[in-house]
Amino acid sequence: MANIPNADTILEVKNLKKYFDLGRGAILKAVDNVSFSIKRGETFGLVGESGCGKSTTGRTIINLYNATEGEVLFNGKNVHKLQGRDLKQFNRKMQMIFQDPYASLNPRMTVGDIIGEGIDIHNLMSGRQRQERIYELLETVGLNSEHASRFPHEFSGGQRQRIGIARSLAIEPEFIIADEPISALDVSIQAQVVNLMKRLQDERGLTYLFIAHDLAMVKHISDRIGVMYLGALVEVAEANELYRKPMHPYTEALLSAIPIPDPEIERTRERIILEGDVPSPVNPPSGCRFRTRCPKAMPECANVTPELKEVEPNHFVACLLYNN
Amino acid sequence: MSNNILEVKDLKVSFHTYAGEVHAVRGVTFNLKKGEALAIVGESGCGKSVTSQAIMRLIATPPGEIKSTSSILFDGKTDIVKLSDKEMENLRGSEMGMIFQDPMTSLNPTMKIGKQIAEGLIKHQGLSKQAARERAIEMLRLVGIPNPEGRVDQYPHQFSGGMRQRVMIAIALACNPKLLIADEPTTALDVTIQAQILDLMRDLQEKTGASIILITHDLGVVADLAQRVVVMYAGKVVEQGSVDDIFYNPQHPYTWGLMRSVPRLDNDEKQELIPIEGTPPDLIAPPKGCAFAARCPYAMEVCLEADPDITKINSGHSASCWLLHPNAPKVERPVEVGGHHNG
Repeated sequence: MANIPNADTILEVKNLKKYFDLGRGAILKAVDNVSFSIKRGETFGLVGESGCGKSTTGRTIINLYNATEGEVLFNGKNVHKLQGRDLKQFNRKMQMIFQDPYASLNPRMTVGDIIGEGIDIHNLMSGRQRQERIYELLETVGLNSEHASRFPHEFSGGQRQRIGIARSLAIEPEFIIADEPISALDVSIQAQVVNLMKRLQDERGLTYLFIAHDLAMVKHISDRIGVMYLGALVEVAEANELYRKPMHPYTEALLSAIPIPDPEIERTRERIILEGDVPSPVNPPSGCRFRTRCPKAMPECANVTPELKEVEPNHFVACLLYNN
Repeated sequence: MSNNILEVKDLKVSFHTYAGEVHAVRGVTFNLKKGEALAIVGESGCGKSVTSQAIMRLIATPPGEIKSTSSILFDGKTDIVKLSDKEMENLRGSEMGMIFQDPMTSLNPTMKIGKQIAEGLIKHQGLSKQAARERAIEMLRLVGIPNPEGRVDQYPHQFSGGMRQRVMIAIALACNPKLLIADEPTTALDVTIQAQILDLMRDLQEKTGASIILITHDLGVVADLAQRVVVMYAGKVVEQGSVDDIFYNPQHPYTWGLMRSVPRLDNDEKQELIPIEGTPPDLIAPPKGCAFAARCPYAMEVCLEADPDITKINSGHSASCWLLHPNAPKVERPVEVGGHHNG
């Protein structure tokens, strides 16, 4: 199993399932039996293509969705069973940064009130102290105190994402889920936001779950990476190891599909082109879900659902090729 | 006869808004050779899409305006800027095709896709309904859609994102255009689907010999598909050259900045990303000097005062930067830029 619980583990996801009932007997299995754990202070990257369940995984971890089955342990406590004070405490310790900097800030609130909302809800500070905390947060993320009285529409996408980060930091969380935090931004601005997130992690000892489809950026920011396909986690490894030695055929194809900004390399590179599209998660293929597009599929892949196994130290793969 | 399918000269496009005149494209000049794939790169708002829309004459006027001093010479004879709407209609679709970013919204949801492909064939090539339908099926097969005889009578919602983009390509290429403009053709797609579409575009370019203008912000896609690159910033071309010139011998600090701010998948050490600080200028009141000066780590006094001229590096490679002036101080190009080869 991918979970070796010890004192350093901040988050443990155990056999997590999240199904959505679409009516008329159709059930969308967005997340199906996913297990992994995250160590305190590390950045865990979750990658996969649209519809693979990476965002649903993040939203279920932070308790925006209830789990259909399985559990999420944060500091040893099941987040879906929390109530009262424990729940409020959890909401403080885990925060989220969203993808769309245009939709995730209330257009009718000033930036100061957006950042201060969490401080108010948790009764952390008031009056002048609160004000000063907001100014300090704005400066931490590279904005300045004058910005507190302005409204979101006065800011660019990159600045809005900084506001979203300041909001998530306001109540001093330990764990931040960043769901595609930079995909809506221009490349030169992406680097600004990623560097800011890295600096904040060093300064505050934050743990990140970084969800994105841009594997180059995920590899840059993450210590370890989990690859998802159609609701299942197919491979987990340390970031460089995953790139150097991908084991799952899907990871191999995903890596080879990403164009590298170097014409000479591109001219000579052999690309694994996957046939067809991702099947529907309402009616996923039996056995291994990747088998319908897998260049290495075997007959038994249709019958056996591969489990995530530690094939090499700290390198987990769910594929029958590695079963012996 | 000229070797260029397209010669864009001093293209200027403005939009008249309530806040003032937005100078979206401010004097863009480049040529596209026959059979060549040219990439225009830059960030949102740099004018790359407006440039391509001007070439297709898709700028709504008003509020848009293509300045009359601009010229866009197509196939050595036709100045697109001076054509009447009627003449342009004949050119568009038959000689030029366009692929848009969003395959979800650029197809007509109420029309069978076969009809959407046949539309242009009937209008431009005078094909009969039956012949156009057959050609539509042939096009669907060409772009790799399985079971084209059945799919031709389906509606866009019955296709996935990648398949819709293939349909878009089929429409754009149906009349064998000489020029194909692809505006962020793979941005809305997942990477494994992007790889399929790029593969298809490369293949079709070889088969049909069409010239391609590829608008993108992804330098990986550029390295993969293009032979030449135009780098735009704030409505101007700051550098242009062959892919090798741009990737291995870039001259403009903005090009350096673009390359240093994206992580490379094949880089093992954790290199630090070097962002371009600040944001692009407001094009209602563009700066009088170099538009990049405010964000440029090498900016000198002259950069704020006057726009630099174009400096030729070699026959196909040029850049607009004061650092290239003979009297300018020598600046070492940052080591991270230039790929593994010039390292």
